[in-house]
Amino acid sequence: MTDTRAVAIPAGAEVSTGAPPRPVIQIVPLKGLPIVAAFVGFLIASVGFNWKWGLDFNHVVGGGLWTAIDLFVGLVVGPILGRLSIPARAEFSARFMPKMVLIMPTLVAMTLASGFQLALDVGNLKPSSPNHAWLIVSFVVVGVMATIALGILEPANIAVLFEMKKPQPNGDVIGKLMKRFIYTAGITGLMQVATLIIMTRIATQ
Amino acid sequence: MSVLSPEPVAEEKSQRRFPPVAEVGIAALALVVIGGIYIASYAPRRPPVGIPIVLLIAGGVLLVASVVMVARTSDLAWDKFFLVGRWTLLAYVISAGLIEFVFVRNHTRGEPLLVLTLMLVLFALDVPLIISFTVARYQSVRRDAD
Repeated sequence: MTDTRAVAIPAGAEVSTGAPPRPVIQIVPLKGLPIVAAFVGFLIASVGFNWKWGLDFNHVVGGGLWTAIDLFVGLVVGPILGRLSIPARAEFSARFMPKMVLIMPTLVAMTLASGFQLALDVGNLKPSSPNHAWLIVSFVVVGVMATIALGILEPANIAVLFEMKKPQPNGDVIGKLMKRFIYTAGITGLMQVATLIIMTRIATQ
Repeated sequence: MSVLSPEPVAEEKSQRRFPPVAEVGIAALALVVIGGIYIASYAPRRPPVGIPIVLLIAGGVLLVASVVMVARTSDLAWDKFFLVGRWTLLAYVISAGLIEFVFVRNHTRGEPLLVLTLMLVLFALDVPLIISFTVARYQSVRRDAD
């Protein structure tokens, strides 16, 4: 989940200096929760009833969006943001990051839960399957991404949001936390490209 | 009666030193993830549980070490720690429950299910600990007045 990697604010910068009125930051956008609940409910029903189309939908849509958002934010949005003024970056981040708090975990859950069951149903996890080794590699790839996302990026994301909620956010703290996104961007990007290769390979064997 | 101190300056916050709670927590998370991958890679067969149990115990030791380090931290913003902790705990209990559901639905039973469940418990405690500690360490500390 590289959702916010390139909205770093240089160390020492005061976010509020010269900025337009800052938007009120809601760390978890409550309006989005019913939508998340609907997707999770759909996922549970698909898994519970072993609903083939539902599993396929969750895996293809969730996985496609997860990979696309990760790469798009990291390779396209990030560098653009890096060239914006500090107030513009801060304002974008304040609106963007809370949404990612809901979107990315939902997409990850949709992808992984349905993917595991699909692999079992289709028989790709059987040791005799030509896709077995590819799937194990994909587990490792997801494991690396999950460890980075849950252990490094998500804590930084939420800590930045808390910092930005303050009347005078500390640019040093935000800059320090946002460096994590830059340091891990390469690994996550590589893992997502690997995911694309593995999944297209599995689908065609 | 206690009163709140004014917001400490940024310099003071950045100079506070904290134990490596997040780092140790990430190591515990990595062990759980490896154990989960190991179990999942055997599906639909029954996996041997020796290696996952070793990983689980090692992860559990690291989690306990993280908790002890947090408990011994004096100048942490405890209000923010618990605020973030309870909501992230809720989120990750749901997340772990979903993973458990998928495995149970796909006929994981007996010892592997027990080991997996304990790993998910560790996961559901560890990630909120990492997140809430990371948030709280950068927040202002409420201090009682002398």
